[in-house]
Amino acid sequence: MSLTPYQHPLAKFIRPSARSTANCPGCGNGILAQAILQAIDELGLTLEDFVFVSGIGCSAWIPSPSFFADVLHTTHGRPIAFATGIKAAMPDKHVMVISGDGDLTAIGGNHLIHAARRNIAMTVFCVNNGIYGMTGGQVAPTTPIGANTVTTPFGNAENPFDICRLVEGAGATFVARWTTYQPRQIVKTAKKAIQKKGFAFVEVVSQCPVEFGRKTGMGNSVQMMEYYRKNSVSSAKAKGLSPEELTGKIVVGEFVDVEKPELIARMAEVRAKAMAAAGAK
Amino acid sequence: MSNRAVLSGRHFMMGNIACAEGALAAGCRFAAGYPITPATEVAERLAERLPAIGGTFLQMEDEIASMAAIIGASWAGQKTLTATSGPGISLMLENIGFAVGTETPCVIVNVMRGGPTTGIPTVELQGDVIQARRGSHGDYQIIALAPSSVQECFDYTLEAFNLAERWRTPVFVLTDAFLGHMREEVVIPEPDALRLVERKRFPAGADVETLPGFLDLDVAPMPIFGKGHKAHVTSSCHDAHGRRNVIDATALDVFAKRLNDKIETHRDEIVRVEQDLEGAEVVLVSYGSIFRCARASVEAGRAQGLKLGWLKLATLWPFADTAIAAAAGKAKHLIVLENNLGQMVHYVQAAAAGKATVSFLPPRILGEMHEMEDVLRAVKEVRA
Repeated sequence: MSLTPYQHPLAKFIRPSARSTANCPGCGNGILAQAILQAIDELGLTLEDFVFVSGIGCSAWIPSPSFFADVLHTTHGRPIAFATGIKAAMPDKHVMVISGDGDLTAIGGNHLIHAARRNIAMTVFCVNNGIYGMTGGQVAPTTPIGANTVTTPFGNAENPFDICRLVEGAGATFVARWTTYQPRQIVKTAKKAIQKKGFAFVEVVSQCPVEFGRKTGMGNSVQMMEYYRKNSVSSAKAKGLSPEELTGKIVVGEFVDVEKPELIARMAEVRAKAMAAAGAK
Repeated sequence: MSNRAVLSGRHFMMGNIACAEGALAAGCRFAAGYPITPATEVAERLAERLPAIGGTFLQMEDEIASMAAIIGASWAGQKTLTATSGPGISLMLENIGFAVGTETPCVIVNVMRGGPTTGIPTVELQGDVIQARRGSHGDYQIIALAPSSVQECFDYTLEAFNLAERWRTPVFVLTDAFLGHMREEVVIPEPDALRLVERKRFPAGADVETLPGFLDLDVAPMPIFGKGHKAHVTSSCHDAHGRRNVIDATALDVFAKRLNDKIETHRDEIVRVEQDLEGAEVVLVSYGSIFRCARASVEAGRAQGLKLGWLKLATLWPFADTAIAAAAGKAKHLIVLENNLGQMVHYVQAAAAGKATVSFLPPRILGEMHEMEDVLRAVKEVRA
């Protein structure tokens, strides 16, 4: 009697030559990677419908090299700017950026807000682990105030970003946040974000046990996910809570889902107008 | 504006406009930029012209994003361009290195202005010549062309696209504030008369797991996005299939050397000079707008009976060391005319290798053109 070897249902999406992950044990990246691929699968899409773009940092290694697709692994902070050129030149493809909080909101913050303002159709997943993991645990624009990191050894003196509110304020038409404790919700939201005809932004609060957990004292992967379980508050419930009651909580859910004119569609109109004007001469 | 991509015919045109028209004639259909004096007219012209011929112009949030966007669009299969001036180049340099490392064809027009730092935006200087060669970190090769007339702004920008496509690399066009804003006659050929080069592309059905798409000395075919090639494109150290390897020094050795040698071993196919060394004891070496002073001085000097010649570096990079060595072998003196504090002169000195004396002549006031009497006085001094 022979056993049929078990094949993971999403293995078809993994690049054959990508044999291992660079992520540490306990990292949240795997949860998001699976959720994204599952969403794509459930939508009946293939990876040939996508171009993936990532920056520099641990979460940029989610699509690169593992996703068996066209992948552009860019310079630090710039994936959205590269993705803008790709989307403008190939409007029929889904363009997805997967990168971290340091990449997208610190060094790349300018590109993030301008892409949201333009409302260019692309999906951006921001893995927010609250720290620079790859370089060894330095403070990020998302690190909680007071937290000890290797560059804030006496406690972080700065306020963190609420990235979702930043992106909403800049004009994004779809904005959501989940933690890695809510993988099913990530899948559902990812499906909406991928189908959105506009700038869709999904923040995923994710554990970095090796750099964040150790340095801030939040503990290991299980302890961090336990924290997410206990402290996640739905956006509906958060509306009834005072700022004091929300301290230390993570507000999760889909915050924005609105329709606005989208850049690529508007540029097609501009092109038609220019062609008509040129033809009339 | 016209719906013709190639504006065949005779025009009276500004240098920056001629660069834009050269790009369109070459097949550029995607450009991104950010306003900066004295380069802005390139972007303005492309913003006006591209939509009517089915193309795209994006004004990005900064020069970093402009460079990123044209690299992204190049991977989508487009011929792409950005135009800026010195400070903008300073911001773009990291992504220019990315384009070198990922072998991305694209063209960067630098309308050089008066530096250092913000300097004087409207003054002409040739201050970014070494920056173009070595500005991004690490060891790499670059191709750079330097037009001397508005006609050459058109011709060289078109040729920059051909070189970018042939060698899968970013190519600079280094003009300056003087050329960019100068108006001269430009003749644009009929579309059929243009010689255009297109990049080698991956064959249909191939993917990068089985077919190499990088690091070939004769340039690997490019796995364009959206065609099922499943390209993995990273500027980190990678192998011929684009597979990242950041733990193995021997992989870095191969990565850096292949990228370098792809250009280095084909110098003779890339490097272009123009020269008139007939009977010359003294050769004026120059490039860009300053070549105009050099050639006029040679004509005036010859009329006075001086044994003068000129050599124009049409390509600044790779450096024309063979041509310089040959000129040094024939003449006694080389005088390098540059509108800076001395950048190319060191390369000329190295290539001349003592076979002729090499001296440097800046204009009387940095940012102005050379006075002919100064040039001829320098010629008489080196002969004495």
